[in-house]
Amino acid sequence: MSGLGEKQMPLLQVDDMTHYFGGLRAVSDYRLSIGPGEIRGLIGPNGAGKTTIFNLITGIHTPTRGSIRLENRNLVGLRPHQIAARGLGRTFQNMLLWRHMTVLEHVKLAHYAQLQYGLAGAFFGSPQCRAEEERVEENSHRLLETFDVARHAHQMVTQLPYGVQRRVEMARAMATRPKILFLDEPTAGMTPEELVQMIAIIRKIHHEFKVAILLIEHRLKFVMDLCQRIQTLVFGEVIAEGTPAEIKNNPQVIEAYLGKEEVA
Amino acid sequence: MGESDYKQSSEKGRLTRQVRAFFSPIPALGWLLGIVCAVLIEYQWGDALAVALYLPKVPPLFGATLVLKKPLLFPWALLFVSLVYLLPICLIGRLTAGPANRMAAALGRMPTSVSVILHLLLLYVALHIWTEASDYRLQVAKLIMIAVMLTLSLNVINGYMGEFSCSHPGFMALGAYVASVFSLVLFKEDRLFGLPLLPEAWGPYCFPLALFAGGVAAALGALIVAIPSFRTRGDYLAIISLAFMFIVKSAIENINVIGGPRGLGGQPHWSTLPAVFGGMALCIWIINNFVRSTLGKALNAVRDNEIAAEAMTVNTRRTKMVAFMFGAFWAGVAGGFYAHEVRHVTPGGFGIQMLAEVLAMVYFGGLNSVVGSIVGAVSISFLSEILKPLLLYKWIVIPLILILVMIFRPTGLIAFRDFDLRRIVGPRR
Repeated sequence: MSGLGEKQMPLLQVDDMTHYFGGLRAVSDYRLSIGPGEIRGLIGPNGAGKTTIFNLITGIHTPTRGSIRLENRNLVGLRPHQIAARGLGRTFQNMLLWRHMTVLEHVKLAHYAQLQYGLAGAFFGSPQCRAEEERVEENSHRLLETFDVARHAHQMVTQLPYGVQRRVEMARAMATRPKILFLDEPTAGMTPEELVQMIAIIRKIHHEFKVAILLIEHRLKFVMDLCQRIQTLVFGEVIAEGTPAEIKNNPQVIEAYLGKEEVA
Repeated sequence: MGESDYKQSSEKGRLTRQVRAFFSPIPALGWLLGIVCAVLIEYQWGDALAVALYLPKVPPLFGATLVLKKPLLFPWALLFVSLVYLLPICLIGRLTAGPANRMAAALGRMPTSVSVILHLLLLYVALHIWTEASDYRLQVAKLIMIAVMLTLSLNVINGYMGEFSCSHPGFMALGAYVASVFSLVLFKEDRLFGLPLLPEAWGPYCFPLALFAGGVAAALGALIVAIPSFRTRGDYLAIISLAFMFIVKSAIENINVIGGPRGLGGQPHWSTLPAVFGGMALCIWIINNFVRSTLGKALNAVRDNEIAAEAMTVNTRRTKMVAFMFGAFWAGVAGGFYAHEVRHVTPGGFGIQMLAEVLAMVYFGGLNSVVGSIVGAVSISFLSEILKPLLLYKWIVIPLILILVMIFRPTGLIAFRDFDLRRIVGPRR
């Protein structure tokens, strides 16, 4: 569909990424190219290496070989917080919220890399520090409104229902000002109503923040609804890539993934 | 039966409600006024009252030690404490609640710092008059304030960041020795270092420098503990930091220039009440500022989930290093104050026993809590002071109390509470 000539520069470009855990090849020759504002899906059976790919790109593991570039700058070898500060936000499959912190504190802390004051400012409560804290707090409240969790601002996250926790995690990820957002199974364990809400929220993020999204998901309908292009991963290898319609009709995908689901 | 139980409990509830309603309008300013009046009363009429109440002298620590030695004096000691402290504080606090509230409100319109400094001054005045009574009281008060600094600094690492660090006595020893050497070499004739390099009269002005040097030395020591903390957590880090404590102890024992195992003595007596009070106030203020800032909240995120913290742009290595060095710095400063108060430090004094005491203060008072640290340090130091007549049994009673706290309040008495200065000094209702 897209013309070969006027292809715009990708936001995130991953080439030939391979990773071994000991002798096990978890990911082999993975390629990905996401443009600004795209929504991509990554599907595949359990253990296919989807989360590993997220962890490799976000710097939790360093790939055995391959290149990862965000806006044409290398990411391999950077520490996770540096990668996050460059504009790569993420959520986690099991959320990883901070048990003893309030909702507001979660979102405020995700502004860490943007703070314009140093340690001395924090120790002595300098005017700049206070102004900056105020700005961060204001911004955080705005994000809480966006994700409809403002009324829980001063509650501990552990007291909140599951769906709300998911939204808090999204708000936290968006506070890092990502250019591209990785969502690791955002609907895991959700009720059908919460699922509908989540689709709306992801659309809203995409629309309001103009952020590109890469989505790992098990529920195919969810992925098919949201994503423009989908990759299917089996045993660390991409076996198919294309539009939702193409993926749906790809015999290999049906065999490796959909087929099993239909039997079950 | 159930109904009568219910009635009784509601009766009790009403009583506590009434008591609370009686005291709740008193602002911090009112309490401080009451306390100042109480210590003035004791200063003026304490001796006469003690004689009248068959007490040998004015009880130095609210009569607790006395009662443990001679239980029969209990009613008289209680009467003394009620007449001198409880009654005046409550009455004057309540009676002046109206004007005190108006004054607090007026101060609230000025910058918070003005109000805070006024409160601190009042507190200092009370402390000053109270400690006039005896040198023993004075030293207990100073040691308690040093313990507050130490506890708070350990809470930064063990509570706020959630690492179990055992190296705090080591940091304190580093601070104590470096500050001592600084002041001995520069300002005092000493049998180890000879004549002073600078006139002794300059000394007190340079005391902050000595403390700072001690703090920096401790912070540098903390770097050594911080680096393994990047790779290990929990039990392993506890063991490494414990090892660090022993390394410091035996290193000092083997350096003869600073006295070796016999210790280092003869420090000038610079830890005066205003100096220690000022140091403690500064320490509480800075630590409280830090842990309330977003930069400081990063410690909590590292504790609760490090991977998530990294993914949310938090530089976890820097955060850990800062927390360790920051905590150690204040432990070093506390060590400097300690050395210039007791004026003889030995490496053996900074060992397991001190570790146990400071850990007890942190966990008793409450993790992740500035208020809790103060409460823990004050109550455990006070307890261990008044229980001295029990000799060895002291170390049965204090751990028992700790066990009880852990059973009924696993995170300590007052966990998760920082100071909101504006609210503390503000008016009530």
